[in-house]
Amino acid sequence: MTSRRSAASRGEWRIHVILIIAVALMVVPFVWEILTAFKTNNEVSTLPPTIIPAHPTTAAFETFFASVPFWAQFGVSAISLVLRVVGQVLVAALAGYAFARLRFPGRNVLFVLFLLMLMVPSQLFLLGQFDLMKGLGLLNTLPALAIPGIFSAFGTFLMRQAFMTMPKEYEEAARLDGAGTLRTFWSVMLPMARSMIAALAVLTSLYSWNDLLWPLIVSPAGGNRPLTVGLASMQGQFGTNYPTLMAGALVCTIPLVVVFIALQRQFFAGIASSGLKG
Amino acid sequence: MTSNVSSPVGRPRRRTGLGARTDWWALAMIAPALIGLAALYLWPFISTFIKSFMNVPVFGPGKFNGVDNYAKLLGDPGFWQALGNTALYTVLVLLGIPLAIVFAALIQQVSRGKAIYRVLFFLPVVTLPVAVGMVWRFILNGDFGLLNYVLSLVGIPGEYWVADARFTIYAFAVVGIWMGLGVNLIILGAGLQSIPTELYEASSLDGANRVQQFFSITLPLLSPSIFFVTILTTISAFQMFDLVFVMLGSVNNTALGDSKTIVYLFYDAAFVQFKQGFAATIAIVLLIIIMAVTALQFRLQKKWVVYD
Repeated sequence: MTSRRSAASRGEWRIHVILIIAVALMVVPFVWEILTAFKTNNEVSTLPPTIIPAHPTTAAFETFFASVPFWAQFGVSAISLVLRVVGQVLVAALAGYAFARLRFPGRNVLFVLFLLMLMVPSQLFLLGQFDLMKGLGLLNTLPALAIPGIFSAFGTFLMRQAFMTMPKEYEEAARLDGAGTLRTFWSVMLPMARSMIAALAVLTSLYSWNDLLWPLIVSPAGGNRPLTVGLASMQGQFGTNYPTLMAGALVCTIPLVVVFIALQRQFFAGIASSGLKG
Repeated sequence: MTSNVSSPVGRPRRRTGLGARTDWWALAMIAPALIGLAALYLWPFISTFIKSFMNVPVFGPGKFNGVDNYAKLLGDPGFWQALGNTALYTVLVLLGIPLAIVFAALIQQVSRGKAIYRVLFFLPVVTLPVAVGMVWRFILNGDFGLLNYVLSLVGIPGEYWVADARFTIYAFAVVGIWMGLGVNLIILGAGLQSIPTELYEASSLDGANRVQQFFSITLPLLSPSIFFVTILTTISAFQMFDLVFVMLGSVNNTALGDSKTIVYLFYDAAFVQFKQGFAATIAIVLLIIIMAVTALQFRLQKKWVVYD
């Protein structure tokens, strides 16, 4: 290790140079977004463009907050995220544990069915989900945003994998102590799965916060819109008023970025254990 | 909760094997997931399949029309254009994977600053795709965009990247690569960590340099992870919707007409024009295409993925 480290560190500055250039290019859009948000609309439509705002102003933020119900939309995004995360972790952990450890008729058939659902692109479900939400009279409501995301074949699969890898001795000890299935699950197994639960929670939060298509479908009339839909529709209103658009984009991005910075390890673990997309 | 503790008594200690009993708690635990998946996933899937053979008006019952929707879709130049756009976008976004491999390998090699590099590469992943689309729409703007300004500094004439349908798919791809790099980097980084360092040490002793090591050790041993991100990237690229909607659709950009992807076509048919039957057909065709492409990739992997 030490020999490799010293041999490697001799040329390491060159790698840093490449990485720093790459990272600098990666953050250009963010820097441009921030700089633009503090400019006036006149300034962004001059040529050649200025880099640093000539007269830094928070006018764009004021326009954004004055014309978009940010806090209402933030609330919708946040509440549906919490419903989705808590719901999915519970539902998936219960089912995942049953698949991993309990026996019941049809277990294998059902599990294969779950796996098949994993492979189907989400668009195949949208028409039926929309019909169901409409039938239940839930269009333009918070439950409509959150409910489909609570049930996830992927989450169930992830939790099953977590329970599969746990040693059976703990459960057997709990059972010898007289604990039943549910108590064994709740007090012994669930706490042991907390790192996978954290990964699942973080992934679900990411999907929920960023999702555009489903909210667009179930919140057509404007009530109970999350930030994504609000931000997208703001584009129609502010067309080319880029400072206001950038201010809005920035404000809506910050919450999840803050959570990410705080929970980096869980984010990376979630991504690494599962793959984000799909 | 305490009443729940009285689970089946006298269950055999050895729970595998034929004598094992049904645990009725299992059914209760699985019921929420099962009911939800049946109502929100399995049934919608089946009903989409059925609707794809129907004409479904906004009001009133639908009527079966055989394979009319399929015939109409396959005879529609707009579908082939969307398929071409989606395929081009997918191929271009896959070019981001070599980038991710190189950066993952470079990050792996540094002794300091790994965490900060990962965080910065990952930022686009935790940024709202809507916000991403808005920022890039501005950067790629033909008149006041940053890109054209930078290009003008080096004497290259700019283009209307997001207003001219000749360039829109390439513009989406640049944004798509930028957005996906962080995820691919993390998955590949996890793969790199599982490569034993002894292999590098041994090959150093044999006189191999870093580049030789990269091609003879890193790439082959990383190939399962590369295959995994290839599959994920392909599937998600085929489902691209957000960028088209944010960068063109929601601002009534005239380039939208020639820049649609398959999922945009689906959204438009289902929830703008309310032609559920036709939309269902698009969804089924998308499923078939994704399955075929994924199957092809699994077939091809035998030629290049190394499993030990």
